[in-house]
Amino acid sequence: MCLGVPGKIIAIDEADNLTAVVEISGVRRRVNLACVLSEGVSPQSLLGEWVLVHVGFAMNLIDAEEARKTLALLAELESFADENSTGGEGLNEIR
Amino acid sequence: MKYVDEFRDPALARQLLDRIASLMNSPALHTRAPIRIMEVCGGHTHSIFRYGLEALLPEGIELIHGPGCPVCVLPRERVDDCLAIAAEPGVIFTTFGDAMRVPGSEQSLQQARAAGADIHMVYSPLDALQIARENPDRRVVFFGLGFETTMPSTALTLQQAAREGVGNFFLLCHHITIVPTLQALLDDEDVRVDAFIGPGHVSMVIGLEPYDFIAREYGKPFIISGFEPLDILQSIQMLLEQLNSGQAEVENQYTRVVSRSGNPQAQQAVAEVFELRERFAWRGLGEIEHSGVRLKPAYAAFDAERVFALESRQADDPVDCHCGEVLKGQLQPQQCPLFGTYCTPSNPMGALMVSSEGACAACYQYKRTDVS
Repeated sequence: MCLGVPGKIIAIDEADNLTAVVEISGVRRRVNLACVLSEGVSPQSLLGEWVLVHVGFAMNLIDAEEARKTLALLAELESFADENSTGGEGLNEIR
Repeated sequence: MKYVDEFRDPALARQLLDRIASLMNSPALHTRAPIRIMEVCGGHTHSIFRYGLEALLPEGIELIHGPGCPVCVLPRERVDDCLAIAAEPGVIFTTFGDAMRVPGSEQSLQQARAAGADIHMVYSPLDALQIARENPDRRVVFFGLGFETTMPSTALTLQQAAREGVGNFFLLCHHITIVPTLQALLDDEDVRVDAFIGPGHVSMVIGLEPYDFIAREYGKPFIISGFEPLDILQSIQMLLEQLNSGQAEVENQYTRVVSRSGNPQAQQAVAEVFELRERFAWRGLGEIEHSGVRLKPAYAAFDAERVFALESRQADDPVDCHCGEVLKGQLQPQQCPLFGTYCTPSNPMGALMVSSEGACAACYQYKRTDVS
């Protein structure tokens, strides 16, 4: 129920400046921007940003830099794993 | 970056699993096994079963599927309330798809709709408000349920309705709050948990601070986690590192979405519209203090609980239903005598079999071959 999916803001509804069109895996959907707008953040400045979409609302901006840091941290585990590999049967099914 | 595939990389998962296995071989954790980890959120439960993560983890780690599925903890009598309102003349009843199949005492909303009740499934509370605008001569009721993730959307929709003066829109509020329920589980002697995988999207709204007492007073590591396989595996690694070094802290694995203080706009909308109830009933767990919210008096005109006369109801679960024990981690789903025979996703007896985030439904869908 708390499902949220990443979507990219591709247009702002000029009529109310509170609604955007986001693209989620190729599907376009209108979302409300109230949770990601604040003083100093204009709707137009959000064009191209990724947001976490939940029940028709953009709930938060997704921080690209933090996502990169998380993945970089995981990649650093590699050298360690190479020395201590225990194999990983079944992992090809993870996709 | 699309924020999905990158976090499903098999090579990185293998590295994480190697690190987890190595941690489990450390003297501190080896002697302590089994390490019991509760994933609080139903979204995590679903991912764990979908990607078969339990089978990939080394021996000595037990995952307990927690109470974080609003549909699963929805009491039968609340569904009866919905059906009573839907049966009132002139009512259009709306709710999320997740709530449609939850069994009431005699019927689900889906069955009532098939029998002719005017019940609509909506994707967003804004869709319910739109139905109210388009049908000014009908009373449109939205059954709002969900944790703090979903509360802001309902609050913002009501604020919008109030601004526009939509007088035929009502909320039946069943929003619940996770922290008091975590405390109740921690205080329950029957529940033994060593660490938590914390709810990512609830935390995106409320931030990290509400969980501090779990680390400080109960000494349990608590890792806010994303929902992709790498997120969950990394969270398990992080909590094992803490257990291994004798620490207990609230840590944030899901930094791309969750900030320490949460979302201030969402928190403000919730604070303006909702107030805590003294207690609220959870299916399988009973009544828990301060675990639900209701509309503030300023929004009384929108409150379906005030506008429609609801009887006080008591509905018992079927005798053989073991949902409560599964929720507390005392039983695995397939150990319930009803699992897979009398209780299936197409004919659920207990709520854990209703939602794809329920432990039983996820277990049934992805581990069917294990059922004897």
